[in-house]
Amino acid sequence: MIPRTKAIALKELKQLLRDKRFLFVLIFFPVFYLGLFGYAVNFDVHHIKLAVYDQDRSEESRSFINSMLASQYFDLTIYITNDSEVREILNDKDAQIVMVIPVDFSEKLFRKENAKVQFLVDGVDGNTAIIISNYVNGAAQNYNGKFQPEILAQVGAASYLPIELETRFWFNPSLESTKFFVPGLIAMILIVTAIVSVSLSLVREKERGTIEQINVSSINIIELLVGKSLPYVIIALIDAAFILIVGYLLFDVVVQGNLLLLFFCTLIFIFASTSIGVFVSVVADTQQVAFSMAIFISLLPSVILSGFVFPIESMPWIIQILTNVTPAKFFIRILRAIILRGVGVQAFWDQLIYLTLFIFFFLGLAAIVSKRKEKTT
Amino acid sequence: MNSIEVKNLTKKFGNFTAVDKVSFNVKQGEIFGFLGANGAGKSTTIRMLCGILEPTFGDALVGGFSVMKKPDKVKQNIGYMSQKFSLYNDLTVEENIEFFAGVYGIENHLLEKRKSWVLKIANLSGKEKLLTGSLPGGIKQRLALGTAVIHQPKIVFLDEPTSGVDPISRRNFWELINNLSADGTTVLVTTHYLEEAEYCNNIILIDAGKIIAEGSSKELKTNYLSNDILEIECEPVIDALEILEKEDFVEETSIFGNNIHINVNKNFKSINQIKTVLSYKHSIDIKRIDKIAPTLEDVFIHLLESKKK
Repeated sequence: MIPRTKAIALKELKQLLRDKRFLFVLIFFPVFYLGLFGYAVNFDVHHIKLAVYDQDRSEESRSFINSMLASQYFDLTIYITNDSEVREILNDKDAQIVMVIPVDFSEKLFRKENAKVQFLVDGVDGNTAIIISNYVNGAAQNYNGKFQPEILAQVGAASYLPIELETRFWFNPSLESTKFFVPGLIAMILIVTAIVSVSLSLVREKERGTIEQINVSSINIIELLVGKSLPYVIIALIDAAFILIVGYLLFDVVVQGNLLLLFFCTLIFIFASTSIGVFVSVVADTQQVAFSMAIFISLLPSVILSGFVFPIESMPWIIQILTNVTPAKFFIRILRAIILRGVGVQAFWDQLIYLTLFIFFFLGLAAIVSKRKEKTT
Repeated sequence: MNSIEVKNLTKKFGNFTAVDKVSFNVKQGEIFGFLGANGAGKSTTIRMLCGILEPTFGDALVGGFSVMKKPDKVKQNIGYMSQKFSLYNDLTVEENIEFFAGVYGIENHLLEKRKSWVLKIANLSGKEKLLTGSLPGGIKQRLALGTAVIHQPKIVFLDEPTSGVDPISRRNFWELINNLSADGTTVLVTTHYLEEAEYCNNIILIDAGKIIAEGSSKELKTNYLSNDILEIECEPVIDALEILEKEDFVEETSIFGNNIHINVNKNFKSINQIKTVLSYKHSIDIKRIDKIAPTLEDVFIHLLESKKK
């Protein structure tokens, strides 16, 4: 068994090494993707362009503006001097938010009345608008919090808050979305690499008729499949390592859990993906069909249904059932558990079982389809 | 001794019967020709005999093993080469040889010896590092045969090995087949080049999945064709062919290069009949009329035509 598997794997590796373009795509695309996703798909909002229309021009109004800018979320880009500019600035997207401080701002503060500050937020991108408005609330509360004790002290009372919130974010303390994305990216890139390369390499043999020559030798199907997939499994593992290294260098993603456990789980996931690739190769007769099928099966579900970008819990129940079509869903849970939370296998062993089921399901399905095809062609 | 014994071998794809109760025997060391038009069932039969396609019913013993019950044993004892020359174009000559050596389980201590043997067969000694894709068709085909028999099997199946190869390469290739046979290897070869069939010890002709003739090339010519064959050289050929087809003494007509072959029946009395029809009635210029020994092609045209009638 071993020598024949070795012969197949060696041959596959030689062909792969000779096909420099494909090899380049296999190794560098994942890293390229990681960079792209890491920087482009970013839900954190920094450097919000703030325009200020300070009608009061008092010491108090300036101190309020400074307290806003201190948060680093806001960049003061424009200082507005008359009414007509407000609309213009929002229209031209010169600022995402305009703060209007009325003439009587400081006066009202002196009289201990409620001073009103108006914020005009560009609501086209609802997501960003909500984040901006949260930041504004936070900044205002901050200011109030500093101001209140002073005023209370003037009347001889101590400040008292019945409940003080103390929220800490675990596993991703600064709530950076890249930390959340890197595990999903690993899953997505690995599943695409495994399914596309394995199905293409098998269908290529079918298309060129070389599979016939292998079939008449006494090699069995397991030796063939293991031999053919082995080089791609190794490439996928190299990809995974690459992504982890780049993820660490560029985005500070550190693997909290056990590396050996991570390796083992990744291997199971790659086998699950490979078995889908085998299934594709049985159904498709040309490389073109195989490629389209492989991309459709691997890319779309692993981005949309896996929980990589959109949380599964907030999907309608019927879509939630549909999410089970991709092994990426289970692997992403495992990855987040190991990489971000640093927990052990007891936290996700059930996900490993699902992954193993994928291997049996798709290899079984491939066997049935190929038997049926043999009868009719 | 028979190295292949085929009994009622049948393959159905749905309602379509590709191979219909085919039976024949092939003796050890024989070159056995398997002839028929495209789609006649040649490749399907070969695939069943190689153990890669399961028969619907019937069976065959290949090297003593049943293709029905022991396809894996069959595979261990045969070599197979298809019309596609299953080599990897993106591997070098040497890498291809090493790959097939590995797949056929050649042990390491035999590898170097077998490798140089295959290189000699393919005429590629000293050119191991060439990319297979850059080789001319004839050489590629020899290399494909070499890799297909690298494990030196007792029985070799060649499925249209010479299709798409130039005549000189084809002749050289048949020399290789003869050498294999001389060494005691049984060779079953399919072809649709009828002149190649002359190289075979025994031939079967298959049409629509059924055997319609079998025997040596000589037997086929005498047993299946009782009528005389005349070769006519004349101008214009096509007109003459159309005229002759209508005559009652002509059974079949066919064109061979610039000549016409006609198969004449009992109504034919003398060559003058042809002269009358062609020269006097239609003023066709006859250069030559000869009675000839039938070629295999004449036999097959006769067999296929008479089957249609």
